[in-house]
Amino acid sequence: MSVTRRHHVIVSGPEDAQPMVFAHGFGCDQSMWRLVAPTFEATHRVVLFDLVGSGKSDLAAYDPARYDRLDQHAADLIELCRELGLDNVIFVGHSVSAMIGVLAQIAAPDLFDKLVLVGPSACYIDDGAYVGGFSSSDIDDLLELMDSNHLGWQSSLASVVMGTPERPELEGELEASFCRTRPDIARQFAGVTFLSDNRSDLARVTVPALVIQTRNDAIAPVSAGEFVRDSIPATTYALIDASGHCPQLSAPEPTTAAIEAFLRS
Amino acid sequence: MKLDPAQLFDDAPCGYVVFSRDGLIIEANAAFLRLVDLPRDQVVLARTFSSLVSTGGRIFFDTHLMPMLDLSGRVSEVALELIGPRQERIPVLVTANLFEPPEPGGPLVRAIVFVARDRRRYETELLRAKRIAEEARAHADALAETLQQTLIPPTPPTIEGLVVAAAYRPAGDGQEVGGDFYDVFQVGPEAWMVVLGDVCGKGVQAATVTSFVRHTVRALAMQLTDPAELLSHLDTALSEHPTDRFVTLVALRLERGETHWLLDGSAGGHPLPLLRTARGEVSELGLPGPLIGVLRNVVFTSFRHVLEPGETLTMYTDGVTEARREGELYGAERLIDLLARSDSDPHSMTAAIVDEVLEFQDGNPRDDIAIVTVAARGD
Repeated sequence: MSVTRRHHVIVSGPEDAQPMVFAHGFGCDQSMWRLVAPTFEATHRVVLFDLVGSGKSDLAAYDPARYDRLDQHAADLIELCRELGLDNVIFVGHSVSAMIGVLAQIAAPDLFDKLVLVGPSACYIDDGAYVGGFSSSDIDDLLELMDSNHLGWQSSLASVVMGTPERPELEGELEASFCRTRPDIARQFAGVTFLSDNRSDLARVTVPALVIQTRNDAIAPVSAGEFVRDSIPATTYALIDASGHCPQLSAPEPTTAAIEAFLRS
Repeated sequence: MKLDPAQLFDDAPCGYVVFSRDGLIIEANAAFLRLVDLPRDQVVLARTFSSLVSTGGRIFFDTHLMPMLDLSGRVSEVALELIGPRQERIPVLVTANLFEPPEPGGPLVRAIVFVARDRRRYETELLRAKRIAEEARAHADALAETLQQTLIPPTPPTIEGLVVAAAYRPAGDGQEVGGDFYDVFQVGPEAWMVVLGDVCGKGVQAATVTSFVRHTVRALAMQLTDPAELLSHLDTALSEHPTDRFVTLVALRLERGETHWLLDGSAGGHPLPLLRTARGEVSELGLPGPLIGVLRNVVFTSFRHVLEPGETLTMYTDGVTEARREGELYGAERLIDLLARSDSDPHSMTAAIVDEVLEFQDGNPRDDIAIVTVAARGD
């Protein structure tokens, strides 16, 4: 199985340019980067991919026993970079993929040049003075909710697609989307994401990192972004005047500008 | 008739709420306010939509719902729970789409919110039933697999001076427990039994009968040297058994000679074994016998043959000859042809039969296949 097919890898931009690898977070796929990644195609080798279990990745490669922790996703990322012959990689990870990037950089220190962490959280659950934003019962609540949403998930997708005849270009995009995540995989990934605790890993990052945080993020609150900023040895911090967990969708211009400024520095 | 649009909006049979991409509620109808049981000024321009749903819903809202709205412009029938003023949970379904307001500032979200208590109860029951069904299925699969493991014929033992080649291929995807079996075991210092049979039917019921037949044959073979007598006792035992299934079977007793093997056999309701001479002539050995376990007091006959080096004897189940391709049977004639063309090595001969029969059915056998070929080792 080629890594390209396993992860539905899409590569664009000049072949000899510095590679920039974009990773999506929980609940979505590589289409989350569609408003940001194209900007970098002129100057960088842009690599988009889906985590195994998400989007158009090869679901046959999803072994629940192996993907019960983030390390397997980090190992996938390293394998993907190696197979594509990438080095000096700028890694851009959203949400849980920020931590996947952190783990990959620790495991393969020479592979990466810089990390861009969008809406990162090293731990989602409150712990003493640390504010992750959630209690463990909140996460149970999420898992239950995901079950009830999976009942009609596939069929509601059909109505979503059919409901937008005026925008047929969306159909393909939507097809590829998180909506198609297999319920058992989505549920396990939710658990792996929200029960992870990578706080002690942050200090071991050896490359410069940019932390992009929105003012009002219900998933990764400012306190979680600041913790990442303060724990990784060399960080730049960009607080974006936007709301929500997905600034690459809700505020693509400031997000792109923050990444460009970081790459220039 | 004159209808008042404002009243239609407020008293609609569902909550109607408009919020910004940030989630801040910009407008809500009276029905929505009644649902969350809050005064208008504590909701409109005061709360975000996600602050009114459970925490799990909040995460789902940010990681799934908003990206989907951004991507496709609408979401349908998303199950969420509103949190009421007394922290009670109100199961709702939310359908929403994006629209461009008259004033600039980017698209807004409008959502209709239905209470779905009964539906959620039903779904919860459905989920529970689904989980129970999945567990039961996993349990049954594990059971069938264990059972099949115990039934899959063993690799034949190594016997000095005798070559035994055996093949077993279950029907379809191999998940179902079938009724074909074979067995090879020692019954004396210089004597061995080779048994091949087919219990009618499939599944666990047939499997228990297969197991019964195999063990009965093993026990009888220790006492009886005449295979016809063995089949006769097996017939009695199976007739006493509560099952109404029958079995067809070939039993061979092989006694070691100088270079040859003295072979005594008997068949009950089963295709007769095929003898191939060193020159490639193929013929049936023995006489047909009645089905085993159907009628009492039936007569089985024995046959005797001296198996010389260079000769082979092939036993098979009807999964071979009754293999079908578009209504056409593979048939005994093709099998005899194949054996005549084959070399005299039992292993390659047995493998060739399996290959040809599978190919005849496009690799998807509808019935089990079991084959055993024996030969006296010449060297």
